[in-house]
Amino acid sequence: MLIERKWKKWIFFYIPMTVFILFTLFPFYWMAVTAVRPDPELYRTWRQASATPFWTLEPTLEHFRELLKTTAFPQWLWNTMLIAIVSTIISLICGMFAGYALARLKFRGSEFLGTAIFVTYLVPQTLLFIPLADIIREMHLGNTPWALMLTYPTFLIPFCTWLLMGYFKTIPKELEECARIDGATRFGAMVRIIFPVAIPGILSAGIFAFTLSWNEFIYALIFMSSAELKTVPVGVVSELIRGDIFFWGQLMAGALLGSIPVALVYSFFVEYYVTGLTGSVKG
Amino acid sequence: MANVTIRNLNKKYDGGFHAVKDVNLEIRDKEFVVLVGPSGCGKTTTLRMVAGLEEITSGEILIGTRVINDLPPMDRDIAMVFQNYALYPHKSVYQNMAFGLQMRKYPKDEIEKRVREAADILGIGPLLERKPRQLSGGQRQRVAVGRAIVRHPQVFLFDEPLSNLDAMLRVQMRVELKRLHERLETTAIYVTHDQVEAMTLGDRVVVMKDGWVQQVGEPLELYGKPANKFVAGFIGSPAMNFVGVAITDLGGVLWADAEGLRLKVPPQMAERVRAHAGKRITLGVRPEALHPATGSDHADYSFDTAVDVVEPLGNEILVNFRAGGAPMVARVDPAVRVKAHQAIRVALDPERVYFFDEKSGAAI
Repeated sequence: MLIERKWKKWIFFYIPMTVFILFTLFPFYWMAVTAVRPDPELYRTWRQASATPFWTLEPTLEHFRELLKTTAFPQWLWNTMLIAIVSTIISLICGMFAGYALARLKFRGSEFLGTAIFVTYLVPQTLLFIPLADIIREMHLGNTPWALMLTYPTFLIPFCTWLLMGYFKTIPKELEECARIDGATRFGAMVRIIFPVAIPGILSAGIFAFTLSWNEFIYALIFMSSAELKTVPVGVVSELIRGDIFFWGQLMAGALLGSIPVALVYSFFVEYYVTGLTGSVKG
Repeated sequence: MANVTIRNLNKKYDGGFHAVKDVNLEIRDKEFVVLVGPSGCGKTTTLRMVAGLEEITSGEILIGTRVINDLPPMDRDIAMVFQNYALYPHKSVYQNMAFGLQMRKYPKDEIEKRVREAADILGIGPLLERKPRQLSGGQRQRVAVGRAIVRHPQVFLFDEPLSNLDAMLRVQMRVELKRLHERLETTAIYVTHDQVEAMTLGDRVVVMKDGWVQQVGEPLELYGKPANKFVAGFIGSPAMNFVGVAITDLGGVLWADAEGLRLKVPPQMAERVRAHAGKRITLGVRPEALHPATGSDHADYSFDTAVDVVEPLGNEILVNFRAGGAPMVARVDPAVRVKAHQAIRVALDPERVYFFDEKSGAAI
């Protein structure tokens, strides 16, 4: 087994890897190419002799211009950003404390509580939105950003709690014990020692939570009705599909612009993100 | 500086496991006491109860004259060194050592002074700005010790601090710890499973097993006068040899008999062994009390056997053989030439023979 044949590496590694990469990246490419394809090319049949479905020879920024002119896209982007950041912060704070408690404190029913929190994550949003809509209406939060800022944590907190609980468990408990002997209270040891050590885990939970709220669709669709309060995923779909007419160019331009912030966040924190998912540092 | 008193200390876990049973211990001021025993003997649990990291089921722990049972760890005026060092990975060496003082609101220049002082003692001055992950195992160990000594606590607690080091470094750090204790003159409680560490470091050694204290004593006292078979077998390397023997009284002279083996009970033991005449007891003899018989050795204290395996260690030779149905090891001078499977006559030193009760294991 020590001497690997070259062709084996090709068959079992390079070729499957290439196929996989092409498969995952193709939708992104399709999105980008559609966003810059001029309308006449978009709406003609592929069977035409001169059709070039996989690339375009006359790229245009027309769709971007139209998108920014005819819709409230910048406003949607701002709404999405604000809602995603606020709900991520709320969820991270709750998740850090809850995750720490479940990982470290021994109290009656802690296991049950951990499982219960996880189960709430499993309830599909397509069911939860019905009672939530009722609550939102009762509290007069409908059609305000708070409707989303407060409902997103319902699925983000369980998620953050579980991810962080797992991370806290990998941190040797002697670190904390040592801090307590050194003169810190339990709370002090958590804030001064455990949280700083858990930064990779906290960042990955944050990135995940941010992405999940950025992409969220159902709650945003139901709780927000005014065009200027919508988030990007909902705004693009509801304003750029009119009846049975799909404004493909603008739709894809919106999708492309909407995915840039997420891509930026990922690329900034990718290193932390990987260590956050694969385990912690050694003392 | 203070003495530590442990009274009727017990620890029962929620699952019903009784980890520490009625431990009583009086540790004097400036004394270095080592708790030693196999894993699961309750030594670490005892230490953690002194540290305040484990709740006490019953009993009392006093530092000086103060009962500390219900004090949080931070108020006990102790410092602890952990097996995995537990250095704060996100802090530099300096910050690691300063943390305890900062938490206690010491003035900045005092912290600086104490950290430099400790760093000098331990020879880690040039490392102060590094992060723990940039240090070798031995350096981390020193930082962990440094973090404990900057606080000038009343009691040092060590939880197997040398177990993660390689063999050479362990011997070196052992000597350094001993020197450090002489210099600082602080009461210290040290937990280890390594009997060599226990013997070399401890002013007194506490041998524990299954939650019970087996014997407390100075190292040579444990070696010379083990209270029971467990202590006799645990202290010393290679371990003491044990053979089950039957005691027979032939005209007032006591003999210890085993399969193919007949030894006279040494006169100084005869009085105590007589009560066991006709019964089976365990005979114990250390490897260093066995040697190949010469003309001057008395026939009553020697026996014939065949060498099984020879382990030449350089400064000594370990000769393995069987006697009385049990495997035995003799530690002999390297000048003695023995080969495997060779017939040999082995003599034992009658002054250094032990007898233990077969059931209770208590020394006779």
